[in-house]
Amino acid sequence: MIDLIQKLSGIYGPSGNEELVSEAIREEIESYVDEIDVDVMGNLIAVKKGTGDGKRIMLAAHMDQIGLMVTHIDDKGFLRFANLGGISVANSICRRVVFKNGTVGVIGYETELNSWKDITLSKMYIDIGASDREEAERLVQIGDVAVYHSLFSASNGKYIGGAMDDRAGCALLVKTIKSIGDSPNDLYFVFTVQEELGLRGAKTSAYALEPDLAIAVDVTATGDTPKCKPMAVSLGDGPAIKIKDASVLAHPKVKELMITTAQKHGIPYQLEILEYGGTDSGAIHLSRSGVPSGVLSIPCRYVHSDSETIDAGDMDNGVKLLIKILEENISI
Amino acid sequence: MSDLLRRLTSARGVSGDEGDIRKVIIDEITPLVDEVHIDRMGNVIGYKKGTNPKRKVMLCAHMDEVGFIITRIEDNGMLKFATVGSIDSRILPSKRVKIGDKGVPGVMGIKAIHLQEPSERKNAVKAKHMYIDIGARSKEEAEKLVSLGDYAVFDSDLVYFGDGRVKSKALDDRVGCFTLIESLKGNYPFDLYACFTVQEEVGLRGAKVAAYHIQPDIGLVVEGTTCSDVPKVEPHRHTTRMGDGPAISIADLASYSNKRMVSFLIECAKNAGIPYQIKEGITGGNDAGEIQRSRAGAMTAVISVPCRYIHSPSSVMDLKDLDNTVRLVKEFLEGCESL
Repeated sequence: MIDLIQKLSGIYGPSGNEELVSEAIREEIESYVDEIDVDVMGNLIAVKKGTGDGKRIMLAAHMDQIGLMVTHIDDKGFLRFANLGGISVANSICRRVVFKNGTVGVIGYETELNSWKDITLSKMYIDIGASDREEAERLVQIGDVAVYHSLFSASNGKYIGGAMDDRAGCALLVKTIKSIGDSPNDLYFVFTVQEELGLRGAKTSAYALEPDLAIAVDVTATGDTPKCKPMAVSLGDGPAIKIKDASVLAHPKVKELMITTAQKHGIPYQLEILEYGGTDSGAIHLSRSGVPSGVLSIPCRYVHSDSETIDAGDMDNGVKLLIKILEENISI
Repeated sequence: MSDLLRRLTSARGVSGDEGDIRKVIIDEITPLVDEVHIDRMGNVIGYKKGTNPKRKVMLCAHMDEVGFIITRIEDNGMLKFATVGSIDSRILPSKRVKIGDKGVPGVMGIKAIHLQEPSERKNAVKAKHMYIDIGARSKEEAEKLVSLGDYAVFDSDLVYFGDGRVKSKALDDRVGCFTLIESLKGNYPFDLYACFTVQEEVGLRGAKVAAYHIQPDIGLVVEGTTCSDVPKVEPHRHTTRMGDGPAISIADLASYSNKRMVSFLIECAKNAGIPYQIKEGITGGNDAGEIQRSRAGAMTAVISVPCRYIHSPSSVMDLKDLDNTVRLVKEFLEGCESL
């Protein structure tokens, strides 16, 4: 798992620019699935046919990560940017970013501002070390997107990296594809695009696939750090079964299926109530005439920073739980 | 160019009340298409059968404009109103409007400066504190002229000024409607659906059902977009620059443009010597959001004509930008089947 998560979390893939992630995942899973294709939005869809007349199950993890899109290059070669997804001021000041072509920049801000509270993203810029516009334009064009330049670490049973949201989910699905035994169900593994911009890839792929049931795999916040907002999810206490977030109320039968499967096989789990945010199931469960949907969440500290932190045990138990769920004959 | 642009911009078409502009568009496109379809939302879809149709191309521009709706008639004959679509209420005082199908003239009023407290002078007046004065002396007199729910539209003529520039209401998005009508004069191998949508300004509503109905392979949205190349705005917040040509969007809040379409648009512009600019910034959103994510998805892109003072009675545009937008869309249509 560590090699897989290190590999996937280090690939450049901001929203709308998921091609490299898609190629890497395709290489990993191609020989393990019956069909694999990319749709018009860029979603990577892999199918593992069932052995019986089970359900059509959609599994979704998003490939995209948050990013910074260049909107302007000034005469001195500094880049102004807009956020793609939830880029915050606090997590960005003096952080390094990297573009697809390897160009590295530092995020600075207008220091004449009196207070940190006055800093907004439009008062920040990316410094790529260019001395003027021409030099900058040789490296970067308007519309190019940078991501946090992040170092992967594995320390004390934790994985720390820049795009655990949601390459951890992608890795969990890849591992599931490689490890799962026979299943009566037709499994549609969808690695989605543009989740961070509004669950966009999940919307079109769910429409195309018409699943009977769906489970998204994504990271969630935790409530286990000093003086943080209260939330009953802790790193290392097992994968979380979502009750609700701002995008979806997990379908009771899917939730029940996930909980009873975990209990039956003695897999640690926790229940998750996220008071904000959303994930692909938010779009999937409203597709066509409705899709019973749940979410398997990976607890993650420092979400949307360059040091998103997850627990190795949560990942392993997440794979175990998902495999057990998918191998069942499901009635819903 | 001038006559059509004047007809399009002077027609009334506040979101939900697109009847007047719809009629103008139907008259214009009927001789150019094989079929005119008006759907249940009120979208106008001009269908032009291809000579060798393999794919469906949807061109899209919204007919509706921002405006007002009458919410109450006061005892003294004054009309209270709500805005339809996003309008900066600071621009409203003393603006002229026309209300309802009869075009009843009115003016937006606020308390005279002499009567305002010093604190009131410092704060922008909110729309909910303004009213429309139609010259009525009483509720009864006003009710003979207008009804609750009547729409009001900016009363503002198209004016040519400067060297090839115009000011008008509703350039957003009658410039798109203009471009679509011009595009329908060509013949193409694919099935072309020119959609003039309703209710974009209140949430991309018309495009949602139009795209579901058409199921296009390729969607190209033609818009009027913000242009803030004016004093005191820092260059990195201009978004677009007037006169620099049609603006191609990489992304906005509603959609991330298909990369192959964007590359192809740039290639078209370069090959044909058409000036273009890449839109700077990702603010705003348009019908492409709904088209791209209709059913199982479609390729989409957005081209916009830069318009200063958008969503006001006096938007300003450079006619060269419109002309070049028409040229770029035509170039795109000539070759887009290879995408």
